[in-house]
Amino acid sequence: MIFSKNWLKEWVDSEMETPELIAALTMAGLEVDGQEQVARDFTGIVVGEVLSVEQHPDADKLSLCQVSDGAATHQVVCGAPNVRAGLKVPFATLGAEIITSPDEKPFKIKAAKLRGVESHGMLCSAEELGLEESSEGLLELAADAPVGQDIRDFLALDDVSIEVDLTPNRGDCLGLRGIAREVGVLARKDVTEPQIKPVPPTIDEEFPVNITADEACPRYLGRVIRNINPAAETPFWMQEKLRRCGLRSIDPVVDITNFVLIELGQPMHAFDYSKLAGRIVVRMAKAKEKLTLLDGKDVELSDDVLVIADDEKAVAMAGIMGGLQTSVTEETRDVFLECAFFSPLAIAGKARAFGMHTDASHRYERGVDFELQQTAMERATELLLSVVGGEPGPITEAIGKLPEKPRVTLRYAAVERLLGISLSPDEIKDILQRLGLIIEEENDAQLVVAVPSFRFDISIEADLIEELARIYGYNNIPSNVGLGASPLRSQPEARLPLQRLKQALVTMGYQEIVTYSFIEPKLATLVCGAEQGMVRLQNPISEDMSVMRTSILPGLLSTAVYNRNRQQERLRLFEAGMVFIPGEAKTTQEVTVAGLISGERLPANWSNNKELYDFFDAKGDVEQLLSLGGKSGQFTFAAADRLPFHPGRCAEILDSSGQSIGFVGALHPQIQRELGLPGNVYLFELRLQALEKAILPSAKGLSQYPSVSRDLAIVVDESVPAGEILSVMRAQAGENLTNLRLFDVYQGDAVAKNKKSLALGLTWQHPSRTLSDQEVNAIISSCVNALHEQFNANLRD
Amino acid sequence: MADTDTLLDEALAAIQASSDESSLDALRVQYLGKKGSFTALLKTLGQLAPEDRPAAGEKINAAKKELQEAIDSRKQALVSAGLDAKLRDEKIDVTLPGRRQSAGGLHPVSMTLERITDIFRSAGYEVAEGPEIEDEYHNFEALNIPEHHPARAMHDTFYVSPGTVLRTHTSPVQVRVMESEKPPIRIICPGRVYRCDSDLTHTPMFHQVEGLVIDENVNFADLKGTVESFLRAYFEADQPVRFRPSYFPFTEPSAEIDMGCVKCGGEGCRICGHSGWLEVGGCGMVHPRVLEMSGVDPEKYSGFAFGMGVDRLAMLRYEVSDLRTYFENDIRFLQQFS
Repeated sequence: MIFSKNWLKEWVDSEMETPELIAALTMAGLEVDGQEQVARDFTGIVVGEVLSVEQHPDADKLSLCQVSDGAATHQVVCGAPNVRAGLKVPFATLGAEIITSPDEKPFKIKAAKLRGVESHGMLCSAEELGLEESSEGLLELAADAPVGQDIRDFLALDDVSIEVDLTPNRGDCLGLRGIAREVGVLARKDVTEPQIKPVPPTIDEEFPVNITADEACPRYLGRVIRNINPAAETPFWMQEKLRRCGLRSIDPVVDITNFVLIELGQPMHAFDYSKLAGRIVVRMAKAKEKLTLLDGKDVELSDDVLVIADDEKAVAMAGIMGGLQTSVTEETRDVFLECAFFSPLAIAGKARAFGMHTDASHRYERGVDFELQQTAMERATELLLSVVGGEPGPITEAIGKLPEKPRVTLRYAAVERLLGISLSPDEIKDILQRLGLIIEEENDAQLVVAVPSFRFDISIEADLIEELARIYGYNNIPSNVGLGASPLRSQPEARLPLQRLKQALVTMGYQEIVTYSFIEPKLATLVCGAEQGMVRLQNPISEDMSVMRTSILPGLLSTAVYNRNRQQERLRLFEAGMVFIPGEAKTTQEVTVAGLISGERLPANWSNNKELYDFFDAKGDVEQLLSLGGKSGQFTFAAADRLPFHPGRCAEILDSSGQSIGFVGALHPQIQRELGLPGNVYLFELRLQALEKAILPSAKGLSQYPSVSRDLAIVVDESVPAGEILSVMRAQAGENLTNLRLFDVYQGDAVAKNKKSLALGLTWQHPSRTLSDQEVNAIISSCVNALHEQFNANLRD
Repeated sequence: MADTDTLLDEALAAIQASSDESSLDALRVQYLGKKGSFTALLKTLGQLAPEDRPAAGEKINAAKKELQEAIDSRKQALVSAGLDAKLRDEKIDVTLPGRRQSAGGLHPVSMTLERITDIFRSAGYEVAEGPEIEDEYHNFEALNIPEHHPARAMHDTFYVSPGTVLRTHTSPVQVRVMESEKPPIRIICPGRVYRCDSDLTHTPMFHQVEGLVIDENVNFADLKGTVESFLRAYFEADQPVRFRPSYFPFTEPSAEIDMGCVKCGGEGCRICGHSGWLEVGGCGMVHPRVLEMSGVDPEKYSGFAFGMGVDRLAMLRYEVSDLRTYFENDIRFLQQFS
């Protein structure tokens, strides 16, 4: 809502300077978004009268004018086509200064010769005064404009357009009337409403109105006005007021309905009466009913849309926009004025459903004063008669189900309970009454108010308390820092916070990234396959952000591509976030932690040998993460074949119960090619729920006895996974095994083809005695036997 | 006993000439060993006249002692020279860069979230989280935003299916906590939220942190104190904070939180749109209907809630000029935060 400060002043004189007014409105919840001078800054421009006009002797398009400034007559050369004797225009006298923009020097009017003829001053257009973006010809002033008066005073140009950004609850301030009421309360000044008197009808003609949707349309007023003057023009003062409230002048009838819209906050509509058939019916649209709107758009309505219809057709989307066919045109002689109250629920969301937003829908959605229609109709009639003439008929009023005015109880104690301040009953009553609330009952402890018809946001006690706080001033309420002590809370130690895992990755040299949760379906399918499906957005921003990720890997990969394209070859990235896996009943939403490494193992350095990352770097990092919280050795890695990994270089990670908790592996070469991401790329993704488990440490006494170590080399088929050999060893090596390590893997001339040699180191320690050689030898033999049985393994010669 | 003197001179010369510990050791054996020259010399004492023996023996022993001392001192000299040479040899250019893994780092939004949660944790708040694909009931209805409410237009909601949305704020987490826990409640809810809006100053995904306190006798003054002290703790500055009446369907009274511009100190600059104030969030007393819907008795309990944009706080704190750079993940940008 944009309003003119001068216009507001006609309603209430706050005696505030502009910055003060803006601050007061903003701090009362009517946030001022902007302000603009209504004209350029200038001096020395007065009302001038053109006394005579002659042709310039040496220029076809220039005129030689004698112009009076009230005190003297000046010769002025003028190029405007509409200059003529008797015209009153803004006249920039010698020495006048016009500031065209704050960054430039003022434009100064000096005596000049134009094509050899002296010119002492300049006649001005609306554009030159800064009233319009561009204009043709001189600004024509009223015939009775007092010659010599400063134009700023005459046109009241020392005015500001103020734009307030209103929250949806304050529909009552979408008109000057509401803003004035607010300012009156804030400045504690009385508000003077304009005198609006009923216009007596001069004809009897009425057009019947029938409401069938009585919930949606509680009140509908209509009035026929015949024989308006189609040649009439909107007076300059009205155009100016509209302009200063952000509206362009269109034609007198529209301008007048807009004027009432701004002044009172009441949307109105004018129909060409000759195009209406039979009567007005306010009803719900029929399914698929068609209507061409004022802006030329064809819409197909549904049966939840309220329409204004006549006996034959829908003529308007109620409270949103009128129809084209019945609109007022240059040929219109007779109009039918509509002034209605549509219930917010009937209008809410409807304009948006059709991709529209109008001044009317904006107001009706938020609530228009349901007792205002009579006043607004009289105001519009009065203005119409004064501008376009015509003969008014009586007002026809149809009533549906009018809303009840809520009665709300306010307990004085509740004010203090919610705000932490105590206000006296007198102060409370004063604020509420100034806001227009009517006190109906009161006693020592509470009062009951009736909510006026223009407020749609007050229905419970808390709403009244907000009004009190707002007017009292939020910033006058004290701040209480020491909100009561709370008991110490225990943090479960057997749970690693995500924060700790992220910190570990950072310490390991990973850079965290944050990618969008919605990704491109093509990328998602390439990386994760199409099998498990994806959650699709119904209204994505764009196709490349249209499905919810089922994995973080696509985001990591596209980030890798993005950075590779910016010459960042060595990458070490991770992200932790939610993934969305569709299921039959519902979508699983869980957090995973995923990483990507690519390029050289260490940053380029004088001493590095440019070794590249391989699978075991990625796996080592995964092991490092899995070991946090005392979980080492609880997880196993099994060869896996799964997108987006290389089938021979991917491991699935299983927890002690055999449940899959994630994957680590090399990116599949085919996907590398399609992504344009060559080189070594390794990825992992782990479920947070597995990572965040931790084991509360439980310390054991250290053994005082020496440990015994043995090394052992075995030869097996190269296809036997080392992990399986290690787990057999672990199972066979007895409870006193304290360490098992694989310290060499060999394939080559010293072993048979398709065989490999594994070197294992074992260490035992008994808590209460020294282990004997015989005991250790027996364990070794049982290990060797088990390996032989299960994997056909033999000791290496 | 010219022999002793000659032998001593010869031995001393050899010791002086020796260049390493092993040749020195050989000299020791050669002269002082069991079969060494001086040992042999001692054995010749018996050939002397008895009266001459003591003096000759003394002389030999003195010579042996001198020799031993010479060997010891030569040895020390050699060790120290060897060490010096070794140290000289082993000298490196310590100004060459170290060999290490590259530095990792958290994303600035994560850093901010952690900083915020740490501050609130220290005041006894617990962190609560919830689903990002949310039902309309928890995202809207339970927060007093019925269908077709004009406030829904402010949310630009992404729909997954009819009745299911990407949460537009983290407030549904508050609802879920109220539904499942009894007051007193003191939580913060950080997380990703989504709105169907993308331009210079909006990304379709961003981060919020919301707080909720419910207890007996919690009031607006407590809300103000909490928000103010948080902002001071977060920015480590004592900038002014103001509360401006606003409207959110789930709070009553509601307020926008403005903070004195951290860049210009309230003078007015590009960052604050020349107003001297920065909008950093919204807050209010929890609407009684919201309490009721989640099973909290509004006659017994009251509460406040506040919400702030994490990405925006991070922008202000770290002087990030373009919101969109957060999600482009150019590592050259991100590494500035490590």
